[in-house]
Amino acid sequence: MRIKCPYCGERDAAEFTYLGAADLVRPDAAAKDAASAFYEYVYIRDNPAGPHAELWYHAGGCRSWLRVVRDTRTHAIASAELVKRDGTG
Amino acid sequence: MGPRSLRYSLFNLVSQTFAGNRGWTPAWRKPAPKPAYDVVIVGGGGHGLATAYYLAKQHGISNVAVVEKGYLGSGNVGRNTTIVRSNYLLPENIAFYERSLKLWEGLAQELNFNTMVSQRGVINVYHSDPQRNAYVRRGNAMRLSGADAELLSRDQVRELLPFADFDNARFPIRGALMQRRGGTVRHDAVAWGYARAADAQGVDIIENCEVTGISIEQGRVRGVQTTRGFIGAGKLGLAVAGNSSHVAALAGLRLPIESHVIQAFVSEGLKPLIDNVVTFGAGHFYVSQSDKGGLVFGGDLDGYNSYAQRGNLPVVEDVAEGACALFPNLARLRILRNWGGIIDMTMDGSPIIDKTGIGGLYFNGGWCYGGFKATPASGASFAHLIAKDEPDALIRPFRLDRFARGAILDEKGMGAQPNLH
Repeated sequence: MRIKCPYCGERDAAEFTYLGAADLVRPDAAAKDAASAFYEYVYIRDNPAGPHAELWYHAGGCRSWLRVVRDTRTHAIASAELVKRDGTG
Repeated sequence: MGPRSLRYSLFNLVSQTFAGNRGWTPAWRKPAPKPAYDVVIVGGGGHGLATAYYLAKQHGISNVAVVEKGYLGSGNVGRNTTIVRSNYLLPENIAFYERSLKLWEGLAQELNFNTMVSQRGVINVYHSDPQRNAYVRRGNAMRLSGADAELLSRDQVRELLPFADFDNARFPIRGALMQRRGGTVRHDAVAWGYARAADAQGVDIIENCEVTGISIEQGRVRGVQTTRGFIGAGKLGLAVAGNSSHVAALAGLRLPIESHVIQAFVSEGLKPLIDNVVTFGAGHFYVSQSDKGGLVFGGDLDGYNSYAQRGNLPVVEDVAEGACALFPNLARLRILRNWGGIIDMTMDGSPIIDKTGIGGLYFNGGWCYGGFKATPASGASFAHLIAKDEPDALIRPFRLDRFARGAILDEKGMGAQPNLH
């Protein structure tokens, strides 16, 4: 598996570290439903069989966080882009 | 209903020899699905088949179907590395896996099927003083929970594994933790043995039948849509670890699970070399030798979400490095086959067996690395849960709501990061 890093080009997946699903938004700790919202945020995942947006860290390269869309059935990578400043895609 | 499988015994072997072996019957029937069953189990792997067997045997519920999307034994029950052990650290896990180990010990007699249970001992070598302390702690925890554990000195390990690299400059072997009752079991025979024994109790095993929908009316499960039509179900049990998230999604459930790929390897056949199951303490590598002579080994997860049943080369390299660091004499060994299996990795690394919020729907999954060794206890406890609608003491810690309650069972203290468990 190779990931096309926007800075470094196509690199072996061994250079990257996997975090997990992208686009999880940290809930507001002051909200009334904070306990259940944090439970969902920390533990619950869609875990799709198909395209999956996920975060990879290019530890062995430019040290950027990437948002990668990858098909979990085939490992084919559709896109890899830098994570935006607010932490979302 | 077709003929039941003939009992495997010396008497039948001899009498069939004289009868030209014409009296043997198939190990299980291939029935068409009935319109409805008291219980339908989704997933004809080890856990599903064991559950059906114990439902019939222990609880007298034999109007049961097991529906399997592929052929029997095509999933993780035939893809694991066949190791059974109970050398965990947390008391909840030790108690559960120790029950499983006790059931393994009597399984061949119980099922009248040669499951080739081989208690050859599981050896975890250690390489440093802190690691020795950790293994002493683990061994004591095991003994307190009724499992067996023994600390081996360097010389004792040398007697068992004289060809290991004891004087490795980076990772010298200082000793080991050993569980002598651990070992291996022939995994295909577990699927076949449970299938045959369940079939003999009247359970219908329906292969090539994929569940495509779960019918729920007024908060209660009514049955499943399958590729072979609708099957009504009084109660429905899901035992589809690896695919738990998308099968549970058919009932609208979202789970604390990621699906990951783990690879396994078999080498060319060798004369007897490694008598036990051995794990490397300084990296992730474990190995045993099959009766055919091939070394069966594996290591870490690939570490990313996957349903592909195949992994990538960095892990192959990492496993090979671990092998050569522990046993330099394996350096020229050729690998015959390698494959991947998809496992449910939970957020705390421990399994989930529980009721769901939906009436009559029961969930069994999240087995992480522990699925195969858990098979008998998982089946027995899941059958109890389905039959009595309440968990037995062993699976009470494995409830689905433990994450929301903060009662997680994190064996390694890694936090909610499935690829680190």
